[in-house]
Amino acid sequence: MNDAAVDAPAAAAGRRLTLNLGPQHPSTHGVLRLVVEIEGEFIRKAEPDIGFLHTGIEKQCEALTWQQAVTLTDRVDYLANLSNNLCYALAVEKLLGLEIPPKAQWMRVLLAELTRINSHLVWLGTQALDIGAMSVFLYCFREREDILRIFEMFSGQRMMTSYIRIGGLALEPPRGWDRAVAKFIRGFPAKVQEYEDLLTRNPIWLRRTQGIGCLPLADLIDLGVTGPVLRASGLAWDIRKTEPYSSYEKFDFIVPTRTEGDVYARYLVRLEEMRQSARIVEQALAGMPEGPYQADAPKVVLPDREKMKTQMEALIYHFKIVTEGFQVPAGEVYQAVESPRGELGYYVVSDGTSKPYRVFMRTPSFANLQALPMMIENRLLADTIAAMGSLDFVLGDVDR
Amino acid sequence: MNFFVLSLLKAAIVISVLMVSLLYLQWVERKVIAHIQLRMGPYRVGPHGLLQPFADVLKLLTKEGFIPSHVNLFFYLLAPFLAVSLALISIVVVPFGPEVELFGVRTTMQLTDLNIGILFVLAISSLSVYAVTFAGWASNNKYSLLGGLRSAAQMISYELPLALSLGAPLLVAGSLSLREIVLAQQGTILGILPNWMIFQLPAPQLVGFLVFLIAAFAETNRIPFDLPEAENELVAGFHTEYSSLKFASFFMAEYANMITMTAITTTVFLGGWLPPFPETLGSNWAPAVIFALLGALAVYYSRQAPRPKDRRTLPWVGLALFAVAAIFLIPAAHPLLVPPFWFLAKAGFLMFVFIWVRGTLPRFRYDQLMQFAWKFMFPVALVNLFATALLVALFPR
Repeated sequence: MNDAAVDAPAAAAGRRLTLNLGPQHPSTHGVLRLVVEIEGEFIRKAEPDIGFLHTGIEKQCEALTWQQAVTLTDRVDYLANLSNNLCYALAVEKLLGLEIPPKAQWMRVLLAELTRINSHLVWLGTQALDIGAMSVFLYCFREREDILRIFEMFSGQRMMTSYIRIGGLALEPPRGWDRAVAKFIRGFPAKVQEYEDLLTRNPIWLRRTQGIGCLPLADLIDLGVTGPVLRASGLAWDIRKTEPYSSYEKFDFIVPTRTEGDVYARYLVRLEEMRQSARIVEQALAGMPEGPYQADAPKVVLPDREKMKTQMEALIYHFKIVTEGFQVPAGEVYQAVESPRGELGYYVVSDGTSKPYRVFMRTPSFANLQALPMMIENRLLADTIAAMGSLDFVLGDVDR
Repeated sequence: MNFFVLSLLKAAIVISVLMVSLLYLQWVERKVIAHIQLRMGPYRVGPHGLLQPFADVLKLLTKEGFIPSHVNLFFYLLAPFLAVSLALISIVVVPFGPEVELFGVRTTMQLTDLNIGILFVLAISSLSVYAVTFAGWASNNKYSLLGGLRSAAQMISYELPLALSLGAPLLVAGSLSLREIVLAQQGTILGILPNWMIFQLPAPQLVGFLVFLIAAFAETNRIPFDLPEAENELVAGFHTEYSSLKFASFFMAEYANMITMTAITTTVFLGGWLPPFPETLGSNWAPAVIFALLGALAVYYSRQAPRPKDRRTLPWVGLALFAVAAIFLIPAAHPLLVPPFWFLAKAGFLMFVFIWVRGTLPRFRYDQLMQFAWKFMFPVALVNLFATALLVALFPR
């Protein structure tokens, strides 16, 4: 921390102005309150005040059955709902010791990568909007709309999909899903190029983003910052590579990194990640295995209607799962995935009943937001907006 | 005819045209930006949202005129009044056409031909800093104060390149009267290029034109220089605490400033009401051709418009355009209609550039904006002024 900001002489303190950015402020992307002390246009002290979107999701999970809690995970990080679904499902499946069929695994990868593209599109749009480039925002939302339509096709919901469930997927993938995804992926790289044309070499954009919001790599690691922000500072830390899950090890992609660590580097890293995600989706589409989309675990997964009507055993399982849920063996487990924002971890504790004993979420937004004051202190007020946008936090993810 | 009656009549015409174009400039901006951004823009109120401006005005009129308790009342109320009146006043010296004879009366198509026209415009535009500063200070709000300070600094800084870039054409034209500046741009160069200030020998003012245009963006607080109202940092900048008609005044002032700036640019650099090619090549008939072509385009497009509503309405638009073209075919109406047509066409194109830039560029940062003004625009304008002075001295007319 910069001590000059804290121990400034009283005379200087008199000239300081305390300014509230938020909680209802256009730049905070939700309800973050940032209390800043400014001298002229310079920020001397910044203090994020969180909690305005606290909904007690972690506690609420304890009141629902294991499968029902999936619907809450959508609402944690509402821009990357499928990543949250996936992380929770993987954690509980680890406790249950379930074997997930390859088709479900590949489908999960495909959806998680579409989610990453979706989230990065929202980030790019809002970041550009913050810096004043209004049109990029609407171009990004055009593509996002296509992705949301694909999600709706799969699950009937645009955002709160709850499509990845414990034991596999919620529904059989709909007819024609592969064509819809292929159509989107084929046109997508050209769209990324379009954003690049508008921004990458735009002198105003360069001046607004280069050299802004830098922190040394060591500080970022100390603060637990992960995701594109960390990778833009030079560390190729990506859970998909370091601890592969859901058969990510079978996909060919690179983890883009930069060394500058400024807002511009984060921008480039995220753009490249979108391209890589599109590659992963293509591979998943080309090599999608045949087979069931849910695990062969009658005690966890609902039987299909046909079996339920003809087989006594299936009917009993159906009744048991619907009325009291399934029991998960006592134990605790930590599962991490690479969400669009960084390392997303679910620490799940079971006491052997049909409801979670504790679900703790290690959310990337919370850790990343901690780095904000260090990034903006003694910089210009306008840089705050750029730095804040580049961290790409979602307040639902911060507050849970 | 009595001088006063004539002046009042002209003022009435100018103010009504100005007010309508103020209203519709906003509509055009929303439509253009919308189409840049894959949207449709206003579409509900009236055909293609044509009545939207009136709905907006009505809404703002009927809003509660809330005055916060912590403001300095006098300056708080003075600011929007100053902003809008200063923005509207510059239009009096802008010439829309040459001297015409109508019903036996000779008059200029201009409210008043001040012999210091340009100085008047510069003086007025300097004064408009006060409106913003008063608003920012009197609102007694942190965001307003920061916004007001930012704009005061910005407008004063950009005043310099603005004035310097205007200095060069004055040297070439040898007059401060806007009408005489236009008259100095008559004729052609080598028979092809119009003798406009941006091309005129011995010192083409292309650089001066660009500097003036950029400074005009800053003076009117438009993107990429819209820091005073950078909403992501300062909520709404200096007009955060203003509502209802007081807010509308600031809004109107912004658009009126835009109109004034484009009008001055057209007059000084783009030959004002003069046609882009001489009358001998038939420039008097060009407006009729342009309107007829637009009408044909509308009718053609109506055959394949994707929306049924467009298929019904576009032929009528085409018909209206054909009617306008027919009016421009009357030779007797030429001296009265053609010069304002060229003037409005040029000014309209510049306004489109203003809107286009807004749809494309991000925003500067405060310190970068100042650097740009003092370290780039100011020297460039200065060098341009010296070079022009030298050339004019070496090659006198």
